Amino acid sequence: MRVLKLVLKNLLRHKLRSFLTIIGLSCAVFAFGFLRTVVSAWNSGVASSSSSRLITRHAVSFIYPLPLSYRDQIEKVPGVTKVSYAYWFQGVYKDQSFDNFFPRYAVDAEEFLSMYPEFIIPGDQLETFKKERNACIVGKKIMDKYGWKLGEIIPIEGDIYPGHWQFVIRGVYTGKDRTVDETQMFLQWSYLDESLKQTSPYRSGQVGWYAIQIASANDAASISENVDALFANSSAKTKTETEKAFQQSFVSLSSAILTSLEVISYVIIGIILLVLANTIIMSARERIREYAVLKTLGFNSWHIIGLVAGESLVIAMFGGCIGIALTFPMAAAVADGFPTMFPVFSVEPLTIALALALSFLVGLLAAVFPAVRSARIKIVDGLRQIG
Amino acid sequence: MAEPIVQIRNLTKIYKRDSMEIPVLQNITLDIPESEFLALMGPSGSGKTTLLNLIAGIDRPNSGSLIIAGTDISTLGESALAKWRSHNVGFVFQFYNLLPVLTAFENVELPLLLTNLSKKEKREHVEAALNVVGLGDRMKHYPKQLSGGQEQRVAIARAIVTDPTIIVADEPTGDLDKKSADEILILMERLNTEFKKTIVMVTHDPHAAGKAHKVRHLEKGDLMEN
Repeated sequence: MRVLKLVLKNLLRHKLRSFLTIIGLSCAVFAFGFLRTVVSAWNSGVASSSSSRLITRHAVSFIYPLPLSYRDQIEKVPGVTKVSYAYWFQGVYKDQSFDNFFPRYAVDAEEFLSMYPEFIIPGDQLETFKKERNACIVGKKIMDKYGWKLGEIIPIEGDIYPGHWQFVIRGVYTGKDRTVDETQMFLQWSYLDESLKQTSPYRSGQVGWYAIQIASANDAASISENVDALFANSSAKTKTETEKAFQQSFVSLSSAILTSLEVISYVIIGIILLVLANTIIMSARERIREYAVLKTLGFNSWHIIGLVAGESLVIAMFGGCIGIALTFPMAAAVADGFPTMFPVFSVEPLTIALALALSFLVGLLAAVFPAVRSARIKIVDGLRQIG
Repeated sequence: MAEPIVQIRNLTKIYKRDSMEIPVLQNITLDIPESEFLALMGPSGSGKTTLLNLIAGIDRPNSGSLIIAGTDISTLGESALAKWRSHNVGFVFQFYNLLPVLTAFENVELPLLLTNLSKKEKREHVEAALNVVGLGDRMKHYPKQLSGGQEQRVAIARAIVTDPTIIVADEPTGDLDKKSADEILILMERLNTEFKKTIVMVTHDPHAAGKAHKVRHLEKGDLMEN
């Protein structure tokens, strides 16, 4: 018989109590893992951002356009290797429900996608996209979601840019890894601009933002300053920042919610720590006499601490593993159910590691008080306890 | 003449309750020769269990020396004392104190977990101890599946499995019916005569004390002369 066997046998002494405590821990670790996954999903755009790309937008707000003429000037800034641009198209597919929402961008067909190697597009499809004005490239997730096929015409009802738009799917991109959003649609900026020239000429020749490829990420700050300095005296002043900072500015709009989620995830762990501590205290108190008997037989204080802490750790790690295991199917269900809301929704290795570490810590902390108290009790006092 | 296995000199034990000091044992001097079967008798509160606990190394005296098998255990630290107990003392309690989640075999095996014996050797020791107490066929039984007398016999097997220098028994028959009590006393007699174990037994029962070679009485913390 090993000491671990004694720990396990003690665990099974009050099966219902142990079961409920393990379930409680599983729920807590599951909630922790799930909430952290939500936060990670929210931040996935930031995580997948490149540090060698800058974004130049209107200094007042992202919603104000910039003149296309800025492109040539930006290209001349030392350190800049490539400049492209995009525009938020929006529009309505089928209806205005959130379920049918996915990001739609009008992009510079020649350069934009080549600046984003994380979007993997077959060469022939990209070439076709460049040649056909009403072509579009869509992410694999929405392609699968709607059951679209290459060559299919996608009708989009314009809102920011009124009209009945029709785009032909000429390409499908996949992400180079799981952090890449596969729910976007790219169409040609030139197609949009030509249309605007006819319907709203004053809106043509404008872009939403510039994407700038730089030679060295270390020069990002100085290049940003130089780009903004170019337009400091113009009517459309610019704000240039790294792509990460640009994405972060969107996430920061929800920062209070995200911070709350993170705090709640740790509060849940704190609560379950108290629940487990209570269980272990009860168990240890019931066994004071047995611990005294073990000491009489020659077991020392460390053995007693090991027994109490072992039981606590087994409960905590068992519950923690179940909780982590439950997080995966839940994350998969959310990813399937809300592909456009959470384009990237998967349990990160860091979340698993954190959940395991916290389970271990909870098991350890919950055992500290009862273990020390059990180890310190005098044998003669312990033997007097009513068993 | 051989050295006594237990040499107690001027032993004093005082319990403190709040600010009050309650002397439990006063200036006890006692020698117990090897292979002795000694019964300690006395009224409740006379200090007999305290003396037994001191001999077993589970309590500490306030003064005096307590040399058991050549070791002054009053000078040992907690860990050293625990180790000493595991090698030298087998304890039999009034209420058996078996772990309810362990089988008879596993309860007897407990003290051996602290040794370096192989699994096979442990099994042999446990089986031998259980056979000595006549429970070779009850190894897989849990305490709740045994009678009181059988539980006490398992406890005795646990006390002898490490082949200790001395066996201390605190009212070993106090919770048993007469028949079971007699069986336990016969077993203890056997341990003493056949296996030459030194036994110190606390009892209220004159019949139980009658099985011992020697009976000493305690009165209000003093050891009476025979």
